[in-house]
Amino acid sequence: MTVKVFVMPKRSILDPQGVAVKEAVHHHGLPQAKSVRVGKLIELEIEGTPDEASLHEVCRDLLSNPVIEDYELQIVN
Amino acid sequence: MRTAIVRFPGSNCDQDCFQALAALGYDPHYLWHKEDSVSGFDFIVLPGGFSYGDYLRCGAIARFSPVMKSVIEFAKSGGLVMGICNGFQILCESGLLPGALMRNRSLHFVCKHVGVRVEHYTTAWTQNASTGMVLNIPIAHGEGRYVADAETVEQLRRERRILLKYCDADGATSDAGNPNGSVENIAGICNAAGNVFGLMPHPERACDPLLGSIDGRVIFESLLASRKVQKVA
Repeated sequence: MTVKVFVMPKRSILDPQGVAVKEAVHHHGLPQAKSVRVGKLIELEIEGTPDEASLHEVCRDLLSNPVIEDYELQIVN
Repeated sequence: MRTAIVRFPGSNCDQDCFQALAALGYDPHYLWHKEDSVSGFDFIVLPGGFSYGDYLRCGAIARFSPVMKSVIEFAKSGGLVMGICNGFQILCESGLLPGALMRNRSLHFVCKHVGVRVEHYTTAWTQNASTGMVLNIPIAHGEGRYVADAETVEQLRRERRILLKYCDADGATSDAGNPNGSVENIAGICNAAGNVFGLMPHPERACDPLLGSIDGRVIFESLLASRKVQKVA
């Protein structure tokens, strides 16, 4: 099965990369963009069906840093 | 002091640390990250660099290197551990120090000498300095902006664990003197017990007059002095 993990900087934390991208988006002709945040998408191909608890453990301990980031799990199939 | 300088794939300040420590009277040894023991060492240094290419997050993968399990045990039992730059990032990722280090506010990699003010002289790491003393020490990082929630920062302040702050030429911890946007100008902190110290500046690159400053020495000399006092006592 495929698991997608979306990792995003917490809203409370300054994301300078997002701010820079927002400026570029404005210059590119979309001044309506109010906010941009840059995160990452990590895709895992997994054999069989792991239990959700161990998926969350990997997300919490390795794939994201709970001090600065939130993650979201999406099981595709 | 028998010292282990841990080498991760991508460490690149290991030799700087070795040179500086050897010249100051330490007994440094390299320790490959795949070793699973730190026994026989009095002091562990996690040097700067780009362990695992900074993949995922700085220090995120190094934190799970085999050696880190014993480094964490060593630290929890009171052993002296210092993380410089990428080493500081690894200490935060491993939970030995609170907070995290994020992309510099400017998005630039900043490589220059900066003013770093000693906030407390009462720790093993700063006892030969004086509070308010300004050290001229280089930084070299793209992700050194210290971040922690307000409660954690308040706790660090209350427990006098913010040991170093970035400052301007006048010694003021102003925004102008903050090279990366760290909260409260934080450049270095220690854990509650005081035996784990993490900092973004590179004191090991400020120990030889050829390198333009010897202000980094006071940190390593403090630590040596603190050990000597302990032994006499």
